[in-house]
Amino acid sequence: MSKYLLNKFLFTVDRDPELVERYREEPRATVEMWEADYANRILGCHEGESSTWLRFDDVEREALAAHDYPRLFELGAHPFLTLTLFIAMFERDHEPLGFQTEYARRLSHLSLPYPDIAT
Amino acid sequence: MAELVAVIASTHHPFYYRASTATGEDRPPFADEWVRKVEAFRETLTRARPDVLVMVGSDHFHQLWLDNMPQFLVGKAPFYDANFYNEEREFGLPRMLFKGQEDLSSHVLREGLDAGFDLAFSNELRIDHSITCPIITLRPQNDLPIVPVYTNIFAPPLPRPKRFVQLGQTIRELVESWPADRRVAVIGTGHLSLELGGPRQFGPHGPDPEFDRKAVEWISTGDIEGCLAEVTLDSLHLPGNATHGFMDFMLMMGVAGEGRKADYVDTYDLFHTMEAYFTWYPNGGQA
Repeated sequence: MSKYLLNKFLFTVDRDPELVERYREEPRATVEMWEADYANRILGCHEGESSTWLRFDDVEREALAAHDYPRLFELGAHPFLTLTLFIAMFERDHEPLGFQTEYARRLSHLSLPYPDIAT
Repeated sequence: MAELVAVIASTHHPFYYRASTATGEDRPPFADEWVRKVEAFRETLTRARPDVLVMVGSDHFHQLWLDNMPQFLVGKAPFYDANFYNEEREFGLPRMLFKGQEDLSSHVLREGLDAGFDLAFSNELRIDHSITCPIITLRPQNDLPIVPVYTNIFAPPLPRPKRFVQLGQTIRELVESWPADRRVAVIGTGHLSLELGGPRQFGPHGPDPEFDRKAVEWISTGDIEGCLAEVTLDSLHLPGNATHGFMDFMLMMGVAGEGRKADYVDTYDLFHTMEAYFTWYPNGGQA
């Protein structure tokens, strides 16, 4: 399991307007593309010096492909990264702050202590 | 030597810019009172007549990332661009440019290292809303050079609360030992109770009003000892999953000093989180 890689997906998609729209419209294909093309890139290094060992497990891949943000929370993805990206994708479909309150409601089954987010 | 003329601790609410500039039907009902409070708070900085601002904040996964995460970082650059695409997108924040006070950055880094803080540094730092929000609220003309100081309140493992207090105490010593005839204000922003991306987010007020009440009491009375007796890395999970940002308030209590009552205190209970504004005048507020 790699909370780090989940976070890396959320981080790198969120900062790229084109990837935000691709992930909104075609989540499964975008996750597959990202895992093949982006997962091993070290952000501060030349592409020829990428890592060789990073991959999602099946549960993580499915949570991302299904836009399943409650599951991402349960898996220990960083809540700020998940929230920011999902607001970017779905706030536009709701009344002001409607998506944020819906998001809270969908996590309402969770109680303290929350899943550990340390990477 | 430089003079520390004001110590300011504040929340940094990214919605303020949009709320305060909205007009007509877009203007939220809480905006007018919020603007009134912010303008009164701004006056507490203006009257101190600072020449330089040391700005304490925290990068929200913008430039700093998990493959290379510093605990405490000082910017040392002639300029700092500011605000990121996702802050424009979500909060409507404008792109900004700051001038840096490089000689004070050098002093903080050299003397901070020698004082026992292994500070990271950056010569090309784009800063985010943890620093731009207090400029928008406290110094909207953005005419003063800055030294940005970033803390990690975001990506565990985090330094413990006591370390934040100690860094604040050290920053004060470093400012006061800077051999320049300049008036310096230290401004730091954090959070009271706050939840982001969890079930308690975006409620009618902050997720833990009782924590907020105690936090305001600790800060306004300078009760570092009482605060450290109750606040731990574990305890900060309870008031809300983003409440570790309170440690930046603890850092500012360290700058202000043990037992030092704030000279100005104001709060504003908004949906989602409580706003809180504090100013200390180390030399009695004689501007």
